[in-house]
Amino acid sequence: MDVLINLVLFAMMVATALAILRMRRLFAVVMLAGVFSLLSALLFVTLDAVDVAFTEAAVGAGISTVLMLGTMALTSREEKMPRKFSPLPLLVVCITGAVLIYGTLDMPSFGSAQSPAQTHVAAQYLERTPKDTGVPNVVTAILASYRGYDTFGETVVVFTAAVGVLILIGGFARRRDPEEGDAD
Amino acid sequence: MRHHLILRVITKLIAPPIILFALYVQFHGDYSPGGGFQAGVIFAAALILFGIVFGLRKVKRVLPPWLVIRLAAFGVLLYGGTGVVSLFVGKSFLDYSALASYPKDGQHYGIIAVELGVGIAVATVMVAIYYAFASRTPRINDEDW
Repeated sequence: MDVLINLVLFAMMVATALAILRMRRLFAVVMLAGVFSLLSALLFVTLDAVDVAFTEAAVGAGISTVLMLGTMALTSREEKMPRKFSPLPLLVVCITGAVLIYGTLDMPSFGSAQSPAQTHVAAQYLERTPKDTGVPNVVTAILASYRGYDTFGETVVVFTAAVGVLILIGGFARRRDPEEGDAD
Repeated sequence: MRHHLILRVITKLIAPPIILFALYVQFHGDYSPGGGFQAGVIFAAALILFGIVFGLRKVKRVLPPWLVIRLAAFGVLLYGGTGVVSLFVGKSFLDYSALASYPKDGQHYGIIAVELGVGIAVATVMVAIYYAFASRTPRINDEDW
């Protein structure tokens, strides 16, 4: 049953990706990118990675769709047609794909009990978390407590993103708000 | 979007539950999937939805831009400050066991504090980025979508 669900989800993701390739209207492309994120979130759910699925759905399908729409409103709403066929991007994509598939050959088979994910530190974390922290959600315990430095770094990165955007496209400077004059 | 009656009504209906859900994800993250990052994004999504439907001016009245960037900095400082507090109690940076007399309680308090910091920072950063983008653009005509 799991295999069937995974196959259906992957098929839908491929279909979405192909549809994105063929679209010229960027509004539809942004929406389909959100659909793609939502499908991958479902895939994470079937892998029992609920926290990751949560993040993917909220960030990938939610916020980034809105930000893409905002960017689109600043620029153009139609994709420009390429003037002539150029083989280089196709070549790069094919080579990258082949290398990625070659890379998966080394990986342990799906769900294998001997994979490093099962045998390395994960077992220790699962065992120690109730004793050390008493937090039932091990993911939260690892993120916030054992790997507190990493999460601190991530928070700073997110903050830096805001600072970067505000410096680049404004927000500190007091400028006339286009909606300020609106009477609604 | 003045004449989109359905959008306006539905937004008014679902924006409060979205915020409530964000708070649930924030403070129940120890027990169920979720945490500060997801909660912050969901909280920001509610505000951005409100902003898209009812206009930037109204959402800026709820959360003014000067407050947004200060809250983002406050979130990061709350995280770092929790670490500094444990430093002053005599343990290492971000070792929450120092925060209470029982190490497990300390871990709980510490995780709640830093997750709150992450949540505030992420929510306000998303809103700040949305403000920055939306303030620059003219309102899009309905026909153009």
